[in-house]
Amino acid sequence: MSIMRNIYLTLVALFLIGPIVVITSVSFNSKNFLSFPPKGFSFRWFVEIFANEEWFSALSYSIIIAFLSALLAVVTALPVAYAAWRYGIRYAKALLSLGIAPFILPPVIMALAFLLFFTTSGMYGWFVSVIISHTIFLLALPLVTISLGLESIDRSLLEASSTLGADDKIAFRTVILPLALPYVIAGFAFCFVLSLNEYIIALMTVGFTYETLPIKIFNAIRYGYTPVIASIAVLFLVINVVIFGLIARFGNLPRMLGALED
Amino acid sequence: MSNQTSSLSFGRILTLVPPSVAIGIFFLVPFTLILLTSVAHQQQSGDFVFGFDLAHYQRFFSSVFIERALFSAALSGTIAVLSLLIAFPFTYALTRFSRRTRTLWLVYILAQLSLSEVLIAFSWQILFSRTAGISNIAVWLGLLEKSFAMAPSALAVLVGLVYLALPFAVLLLFPALSRLDRSQIEASFTLGASPLRTFFTVVLPASRPALISGGVTVFVLTLGAIIVPQVLGHPSHWTLSVMITDQAIYNSNMPFAAALAVVLLIMSGSVIGLVGWLSREGNK
Repeated sequence: MSIMRNIYLTLVALFLIGPIVVITSVSFNSKNFLSFPPKGFSFRWFVEIFANEEWFSALSYSIIIAFLSALLAVVTALPVAYAAWRYGIRYAKALLSLGIAPFILPPVIMALAFLLFFTTSGMYGWFVSVIISHTIFLLALPLVTISLGLESIDRSLLEASSTLGADDKIAFRTVILPLALPYVIAGFAFCFVLSLNEYIIALMTVGFTYETLPIKIFNAIRYGYTPVIASIAVLFLVINVVIFGLIARFGNLPRMLGALED
Repeated sequence: MSNQTSSLSFGRILTLVPPSVAIGIFFLVPFTLILLTSVAHQQQSGDFVFGFDLAHYQRFFSSVFIERALFSAALSGTIAVLSLLIAFPFTYALTRFSRRTRTLWLVYILAQLSLSEVLIAFSWQILFSRTAGISNIAVWLGLLEKSFAMAPSALAVLVGLVYLALPFAVLLLFPALSRLDRSQIEASFTLGASPLRTFFTVVLPASRPALISGGVTVFVLTLGAIIVPQVLGHPSHWTLSVMITDQAIYNSNMPFAAALAVVLLIMSGSVIGLVGWLSREGNK
């Protein structure tokens, strides 16, 4: 029984990690063509991401879009989650559910909705269009993490602060925000990572004016193989691991994922 | 006093104005636009004018597209079942790892979950390739004489999609399996139940809601997959999401793309709704 169990666990672990191992080793290949096991060892495909103007501009667009849309999503989500938790305003709760909806649907639906909206309003292909679209699409993430963070706050702290003469604003600034901050940052990080990796919405809003990295990779795959893609896959995985590692280090990851009871 | 209360509640409402405007303009308006466009008239010029024209839905029902929709549903159902079957025992073991190992795995699974579908399709394209793929290992082991390309094929699509779905399945099962009451399992063993019997009578019923929500999530997620079917499959493996992209971007037929999107919306909405209703009935 325990041998079976170990074989099974190893197979699943291999299935999850195997492709990443192959990609990583391919990305250090010194040759221009695909081969595994790789021939030689070099960092040239990692240098290429930054040295090649096209890949670098795609990377820059993706990072700027991810940063701004994550920021906007957090700023939009915070008052909604706060009003729903603090005052139990029914309208805020409805707004919260509505804000989560775009993320639940298959992304192509929202992508098409944004395409129609921005062509109708004359904003198709504008840089700001993809930022707005990602903000709306990923709004669910800070809404959920911030709500979780607020729910973990002991409400008697609010009474204590009001007894000590703090009004709502001071209580928010000095009590609530510091306690909820790890969850706010986590919401930002989730948004940032998912925006960086998002393809279809970016394609339908700015696909022909600003080539983000996922769009550029897809176009490159269709015209054949280039080892730069492997190095980008490794770079992205490292970015994802570092960001989620930081959340795990400074926040409570199992709680954020709903594993612990209060 | 009453003046202060009203100014306070006014302040509370005021902070909700910007989010309301943002969600209203950039979610509700685009969303309504899809519904309106799906019944608009398509013109020869490629533009469309709003109206009430059911031609696009008629075209959907009388063409190859309904086949694509049914194929997408069947494929998504298959992936949901497969990924839950693989994820369930793995997640169960994961909750019993040491805190450190568990956190490392969670970080890795989150990182893989967030990895662009484009990059996942690319990775599997390499693994299924003739020059650098899995078949080379079989040659090296002496099992095969010559390496061969394993993609595009139906199997490649299935593997790619399960890989895409597995992290979601694990993370959705994780909370329920973490909270599983271990004393109940021990009690079951003490009373002489076999591990298999314990699994079916204790573990499975306790994690049913998580299995259901995990299944629905993976189903909807697979409905939305766009790159994997294109890169790892033949056109006969394309899903409705691929067809929508194709119609919108390469055929510039917005009304038909919108009608297909409404079909996709109804498919995912009805599964989410039905399962929500079933689980409420089950809890009664």
